[in-house]
Amino acid sequence: MTAALRLLIGRSLRHELRTPDSLIVNTALPVIIMVLFVYVFGGAISTGSSGLAYIDFVVPAVLLMSGGYGAALTAVNIADDMTGGMIDRFRTLPISGWAVPAGHVVASVIRNVGSSAIALAAAILLGFRPYASLVDWLLVLALVTGYVLAMSALAVLWGLLVNSTQAAGAFSFIVLFLPYLSDGVVPAETMPGALRAFAEHQPATPIVDALRALLLDQPMGSSGVVAAGWLGGAVLIALPTAALLFRRKTRS
Amino acid sequence: MNVIHSSSFTDAIHARGLTKSFGSTRVLAGVDLTVPVGTLLALLGPNGSGKTTTVRILTTLLAPDAGTASVGGHDVTREGVAVRRAIGLTAQQATVDDLLTGRENLELFAGLHQLGRRQARRQAGELLERFHLTAAAGRRVATYSGGMRRRLDLAASMVSAPRILFLDEPTTGLDPRSRAELWSVIRELLASGTTILLTTQYLEEADQLADRIAVIDGGRVVADDSPAALKRQVGSERLMLRLAHAQDVARAGAALGDAGAHLDVDARQVVLAVRGPDHLRRALDLLHRAGIEVEHVELRTPTLDDVFFELTAAAA
Repeated sequence: MTAALRLLIGRSLRHELRTPDSLIVNTALPVIIMVLFVYVFGGAISTGSSGLAYIDFVVPAVLLMSGGYGAALTAVNIADDMTGGMIDRFRTLPISGWAVPAGHVVASVIRNVGSSAIALAAAILLGFRPYASLVDWLLVLALVTGYVLAMSALAVLWGLLVNSTQAAGAFSFIVLFLPYLSDGVVPAETMPGALRAFAEHQPATPIVDALRALLLDQPMGSSGVVAAGWLGGAVLIALPTAALLFRRKTRS
Repeated sequence: MNVIHSSSFTDAIHARGLTKSFGSTRVLAGVDLTVPVGTLLALLGPNGSGKTTTVRILTTLLAPDAGTASVGGHDVTREGVAVRRAIGLTAQQATVDDLLTGRENLELFAGLHQLGRRQARRQAGELLERFHLTAAAGRRVATYSGGMRRRLDLAASMVSAPRILFLDEPTTGLDPRSRAELWSVIRELLASGTTILLTTQYLEEADQLADRIAVIDGGRVVADDSPAALKRQVGSERLMLRLAHAQDVARAGAALGDAGAHLDVDARQVVLAVRGPDHLRRALDLLHRAGIEVEHVELRTPTLDDVFFELTAAAA
């Protein structure tokens, strides 16, 4: 890791600690979402043919919501840099054009994987009992990190495209609601036709299914491979596109 | 930071025929500039004249449509990284991080200039001292006053001890005291061998600090000379006469028989360049004989305002 990247990650993490709303998003929100789903909605939602307790059913989706929402807010952070004066300072520094977007993405991964960990700790306190081997846990970590990385990279791309902090904020809504329209919160089999088709084919569903299989020691089927494909594809498209866009914007 | 910069080239900044258009608006119509090493050039011009665009091209933030420029001996379009290593920039919009403290800002920028951690820390401490920010070093920049923020911005431009410094309207919006403090810092930098290109709308600022002044208007340099020579170009002292009656203004112009006299009926004012005491006495004599009542007489040396209005009016 270059010194410039390390410094820019440090800057982003300091911002995090000094902005009360992002600190709340990253620490309290995961706990609130987990409590909300387990206690408020949990009693009323049937887990359908899976036969799982609702807490076991919903934990993977809440892990994604917790990490994804904060990751989506990275769009606002980069838009702030692009529309404020900071970007001119960065551009006159002898650093590569990649360093600034990469700093935002890496800092986002660190703090939002942390958010997912907080959500997981809350789940365990509320009675979630995973059955997972060390390898399973490492795969869970890889999947959650991959999801947060993909959302952060897409967020940076979005933030660079819209070039306004307000429009950048809209990205978090898309990301927040993605897990709702998957197999994560209610079983997709209970949804009406069109929604069900969407839920079964959107990326959050295989990720949720794979996480559920890993955490509860169930057969995974093809969901792990499909999830890896989605995440890998998103990262491979979003990161270089964002870097190119950033370079183009800082050229002229 | 008394760094002596030795160099094999004599012009720190050299630009020829820079043009730039945004859509159909032509902002630069062929700018030529030369700044010798260790001197300060003031780029003086009204809003929209192309000052900031010129600075953005020279600092690699913007590519010119045509023309060439070298800064610190490096081409701005082909050797951007080398140019960035040689320069510091204080842009019009404050380019410091509000959420970080003054010290953290300087340490961050020092680090991004590839200084080691310990060196960055020492450099930040020195700059805070030099720009009178030590007491506020631990506070977030969001709490700073306009003057403090400007000083921090300038300090941030100095972390790399640049040989060439660009200051885009550095004192705009500052109170007189902060402005004077900034001026003394700029003089110190100049004394230590830094080359400075400064843009300003304040003629006094250019007069105080610059070795040379380039007047820019409509995207073109309309004059480029020393402050004294520019003033000489506009001529000698000015005699300002305010007449008692507005209807006398035209008559006064005729009586004086001076084609260069500036007549202003609304202000009841006649202004003419005087060539020595005899000329002055004769002028007043002519008005007296024509029976024109003069209410107020003032003699003043030409200011850069005169230079500026004369040059920009001629170009318009």
